[in-house]
Amino acid sequence: MAIKETYRTCQTTGLRVYKSAEDLIKINAVVAVVFLLVGGIFGIMVALTRWKAVHLLPADWFYLALTAHGINLLVVWIIFFEIAVMYFASAVLLGCRLATPRWAWTGFALMLIGAIITNVAVLQGDSSVMFTSYVPLMAAPSFYVGVILFAVGALIGTFVFFGTLVVAKNENTYEGSVPLVTFGATVAAIIAVFTIASGAIILIPTFLWSIGYVNHIDTLMYRTIWWAFGHSSQQINVAAHISIWYLIAAVTLGAKPLSEKVSRGAFLLYILFLQLASAHHLLVDPGISSEWKIFNTSYAIYLAVLGSMIHGLTVPGSIEAAQRKKGYTNGLFEWLRKAPWGNPAFSGMFISLILFGFLGGISGVVMGVEQINLIIHNTIYVPGHFHATVVAGTTLAFMAVTYLLIPLIFRREIMFPKMAQAQPYVFGLGVTGISLFMMGAGTMGVPRRHWDISQADAVLPYDFPGVANLLMGLNGMSALLAGLGGAMFILVAVGSIFFGKKIVDGAEKPVAEPEDAAVLSKYGSEEHPAVPGTLVLVAVFFITFVLYYYVNWKYLAEVWPLR
Amino acid sequence: MSVTPPKNKLWWNEPIPKSELVWVIIAFVWGLIMFFMMIYWHVYGEQNLSNEAYRITAEEFTVKTEAMVEKYQVREESGYPVVRPPPGEDIYMIARLWQWWPILELEKGQSYRLHLSSLDWMHGFSLQPVNINLQIHPDYEMVITITPTTTGEFGIVCNEYCGIGHHTMLGRMYVVDNGGA
Ligand code: HEM
Ligand SMILES: [Cu+2]
Ligand SMILES: [Cu+2]
Repeated sequence: MAIKETYRTCQTTGLRVYKSAEDLIKINAVVAVVFLLVGGIFGIMVALTRWKAVHLLPADWFYLALTAHGINLLVVWIIFFEIAVMYFASAVLLGCRLATPRWAWTGFALMLIGAIITNVAVLQGDSSVMFTSYVPLMAAPSFYVGVILFAVGALIGTFVFFGTLVVAKNENTYEGSVPLVTFGATVAAIIAVFTIASGAIILIPTFLWSIGYVNHIDTLMYRTIWWAFGHSSQQINVAAHISIWYLIAAVTLGAKPLSEKVSRGAFLLYILFLQLASAHHLLVDPGISSEWKIFNTSYAIYLAVLGSMIHGLTVPGSIEAAQRKKGYTNGLFEWLRKAPWGNPAFSGMFISLILFGFLGGISGVVMGVEQINLIIHNTIYVPGHFHATVVAGTTLAFMAVTYLLIPLIFRREIMFPKMAQAQPYVFGLGVTGISLFMMGAGTMGVPRRHWDISQADAVLPYDFPGVANLLMGLNGMSALLAGLGGAMFILVAVGSIFFGKKIVDGAEKPVAEPEDAAVLSKYGSEEHPAVPGTLVLVAVFFITFVLYYYVNWKYLAEVWPLR
Repeated sequence: MSVTPPKNKLWWNEPIPKSELVWVIIAFVWGLIMFFMMIYWHVYGEQNLSNEAYRITAEEFTVKTEAMVEKYQVREESGYPVVRPPPGEDIYMIARLWQWWPILELEKGQSYRLHLSSLDWMHGFSLQPVNINLQIHPDYEMVITITPTTTGEFGIVCNEYCGIGHHTMLGRMYVVDNGGA
């Protein structure tokens, strides 16, 4: 095959960047950010409506906005960005051209068209079915068409990624095994294939039902298969953002994995066990045996959780090892104190890591316990949990890596550097608020997806405790803070991409410590890692986990007996 | 680095650092403990969701519920019948757009077999402030045995989005103390 394509060599990292890959990374990332803006605005409106004193939207608009919020953020923003990440992790990190750029553009076009079609359907008002679109709630047929087109486009993107791996191998653009980050992205891509297949199995019949070709869809079957799609896609996010943690640690600090084998093994656990997780959405559904629930909700015996707990050590551990090598060896935590907290890529990554582990990870395992789910299912605790995973974890990691992509791929300097510096903190704090306050309100029984918990229009009203309303108010305030953080990100990103000072070859500002890339690239696993600080962090995490886990068993024990 | 191929091409032969190995083992054992906690609770715990469920049509479930209402209604409230079945009895509650029907009145410390099903869309049975939450499907009849241990007035909120009236879908349950008799 002719490889006439032009490339440039990045002055900072020594990476070879081909034009086709660069263009596609740019366009996918930019479109992603546009949908982040759209979805974020809906999110703030939703949060302000659930703040009793504000109660912003009327009921029909609330359910519309909530549908639009879920779809545009959970699906559109994240997946567009993930496509950009996959192209980066393959073509750029392996220094090869992108396989079949034409197909990549086709996939992109399908995704964009699909996203627009679904948005139009939602905005027309007759498709307020939430992103889960549970039958027998019926959306306009175009709603499903849009989602299906989007999924097909994403699938094409995934295959372009696999194709690129093959190209790199055939053209010998790297030696030995692919880098850890590429490995993680490959794991995400493999999961994506399974995910999208499940999505097709459930959404195509649902579409046919919406146009009258199928007359009945079983609700339990729908929920089972839909979540095989819905939950696996969360595991794509986890694999993607953990890869980004490793990526940022490597680029900003020259960190290398403590052990290639352990980190890769942990990624593999995701592929092997996550398909089971659909079950934790079905723990209080009728007619499913406890044996099935227990085996599946725990991913066999918590083996995918094991994967995440391993990364929880190896990511900060790799940072500590790199910092200690630079001479920050005093005490347990000098390496952390002297970390580049003023670099938004690093601070965003580290905040993402902490919030994902402490808030998202622990709450996720706890609510996935078969019995404990009884006191949590469909309360607003659930959105509280997943704003810690998918917003504090995934979204913040994506924001952080954008601060690296802007100089490296868009070749612009960051505009408003002070604002960029503050952004991860503002957003992180806001998201911490929305997840904690929603979780808190959930423990008081506040339902999710609910326009008015004061039940003013109900025949048999029920009064939630005043504290629940207070928490929802605090949630609204945190939403404004998170919204501000989101706006700062969008301003910096869009500003830099379109109006930032162009970086010309040779004049690039180093994003990394000015080390020679050629030397860095020799490293494999860290040689003699001693990471006492990380072990302390991990111990604190573990104790928190165990305590919170048993506290919830205690809450459960206070509930009416049932069998 | 994590962004470059491993230097050691045979990276899978490298020994695992001890700190990592210890953590992997701790995390693995913790996973086992959490796994067996769920089984333990099935044996010794009191809050376990039954697996009992049947396929049923909306008509059949309505007939059963109405029969119970006819037999045990004690009064009416806001247009809802209040039903007080004897302890140990099978009791029924219908979920439909946008009602939990009827109002049940139970005795503290007694057990009842509660049957739940939806006549139309999916709903979420959320008993407050006890905070028991169940997913209610159409065409499936879920049967659980509950034993109220607190008295008073309880709300049943719908916590599965079921259309524009979702937030108005509320029901009620009373638990009275009958001296434990
Ligand atoms: C400014 C930032 C954000 C705010 C203030 C916010 C706020 C909220 C609130 C208040 C809810 C409603 C809970 C309910 O009533 O059930 C919600 C739901 C949700 N949010 Fe966010 N959110 C934000 C960002 C995000 C992001 C970045 C994502 C995804 C990456 C996301 C994904 C979701 C999803 C999937 C739902 C559930 C929708 C549903 O129940 O159908 N949110 N959000
Ligand atoms: Cu309902
Ligand atoms: Cu409802």
